[in-house]
Amino acid sequence: MSVTPEDIEKVALLARLSISESALPEVTERFSKVLDLVDELNTINTDGVVPMSNPHDMTQRLRADTVTSHNTREALMASAPAQDSGYFLVPKVID
Amino acid sequence: MPDNDVLTASVSELHRMLSARTISSEELVSTYLGQIEAENEALNAVITLCREQALADAREADHVLSRGEGNPLTGIPLLHKDIFCTQGVRTTCGSHMLETFEPAYDATVVAKLKAAGTVTLGKCNMDEFAMGSSNETSYFGAVKNPWDLNCVPGGSSGGSAAALAAGFAPLVTGTDTGGSIRQPASLCGITGLKPTYGRVSRLGIIAFASSLDQAGPMARSAEDCAHMLTAMSGIDAGDSTSADRAVPDFAAALNGEIEGLRIGIPREYFSEALNPEVRERIMAALSVLEKAGARLVDIDLPHTHYAIATYYVIAPAEASANLARYDGVRFGHRCDAPIDLEDLYLRSRSEGFGEEVQRRILVGTYALSSGFYDAYFNKAQQVRRIIAEDFHRAFEMVDVIAGPSAPNVAFERGAKQQDPVAMYMEDIYTLAVNLAGLPGLSTPAGLINGMPVGLQLIGKAFDETTILNTAHRLQQDTDWHTIRPNFGAFQS
Repeated sequence: MSVTPEDIEKVALLARLSISESALPEVTERFSKVLDLVDELNTINTDGVVPMSNPHDMTQRLRADTVTSHNTREALMASAPAQDSGYFLVPKVID
Repeated sequence: MPDNDVLTASVSELHRMLSARTISSEELVSTYLGQIEAENEALNAVITLCREQALADAREADHVLSRGEGNPLTGIPLLHKDIFCTQGVRTTCGSHMLETFEPAYDATVVAKLKAAGTVTLGKCNMDEFAMGSSNETSYFGAVKNPWDLNCVPGGSSGGSAAALAAGFAPLVTGTDTGGSIRQPASLCGITGLKPTYGRVSRLGIIAFASSLDQAGPMARSAEDCAHMLTAMSGIDAGDSTSADRAVPDFAAALNGEIEGLRIGIPREYFSEALNPEVRERIMAALSVLEKAGARLVDIDLPHTHYAIATYYVIAPAEASANLARYDGVRFGHRCDAPIDLEDLYLRSRSEGFGEEVQRRILVGTYALSSGFYDAYFNKAQQVRRIIAEDFHRAFEMVDVIAGPSAPNVAFERGAKQQDPVAMYMEDIYTLAVNLAGLPGLSTPAGLINGMPVGLQLIGKAFDETTILNTAHRLQQDTDWHTIRPNFGAFQS
């Protein structure tokens, strides 16, 4: 199955990526190559096979609900591109 | 002692020299820093050097050693792949997105290796977000292979592999999601091990595909890898997928005894896709093991062919979810003067990520999107189980599975850049091991026209010991792992 440039634009928006008009044909072509590769999956029968999301079929481990680490807000926020008084700054969202 | 001996010595030898105080950690670290400073320009393998901190840490190690204390890794220099968070030291993941990112904490692997006494020299170049098999996708430029500067070192731990092969450090860390330790180890003529999924904590490793990612050691020998793996492994409260398994002393378990070991040879790994000369080298290595007492058994891994298609759904799907965190708000690249929130997201991400990363995010988003989830993601997870069961069946008959690490030796830069699928085929023999969560290693198996070939050994889950011991025996009976590239300090 191959995809159209319109399909790519739709997926790009879902992934919050912008693809320039000039790059779109090449991005579509290379994306289609990958899709052709993975379409091989359609040739194998998987009826009744349980999907595997963890190679050892591990389940989530729970721990006691106790405080285990200290507040490192300042250290973590030091990486923010824009901040003020402990808040991340973003463009105005609500008028 | 002449520098060249220090640049080829094993970790055990270095430990003996350090303990006997015939060399100090500070001298050792200075020697390696000097190598990197003199030769890195030609390779571009190291992207951040921590000279002052390394020398300070080395002096600290010397204090410990002078008291007659320490362990096998105290004072041993090491380089980290730039995917491991290092507190206060830039951690880029090979991306413009994280060009200036300084983590607030150390990855568990970094902390454990530090606690074991190693000295961090710096951080290694890599394919962007570990997505690539040639180290050409790094924002910081391609890494060159010390065996031939026109060739790629493999990827994504290509900077680590090239640095190790060039004598920039006796130990380096790597990560392997689909072959990213084993394939570059093969192409650069070194030993590299991907542990069982869950053996090593993923906390502080910048996430690519969380059900596949594992960190592992890359070194000059299986024995050196074993020392490093012991220090890296173990359950971690910070990673709920880390395994609650006892960690053996992997180095102490190496006795080279492989009498009666059953080695499975999967027919599918020796198909026409394999370069005939690579096949010849692999068969020669296997006959060395046979002479040492191992028994070669023909086996089938009938769904090998589906590993690539399965991987290229699951890995991009998990990556698209993991990489959603890069939004230009909390950390990472932010575009200039966004007009609104949508614009901030779109431009920060499109400017910050390179072409291959964006392609995988697109493929993953597509595979997870409404209407395609069952046809792609769910289907791939079903095939993943079928592939894993191939291995489980095979391991009822054999103790180790052996084959090539990569279908070819290192190729020239640019050769596969135009066709993503041709690049993906590089990992045809390694991907399935990640899907099944098994341990795998690559050990040198000779040269073809001066370029290294790697033998892959795959083990049962949590049985790294057997593949390390098999590689150790091979390295006792051959000298392939001691051949150095004609580069830098090793130039004849």
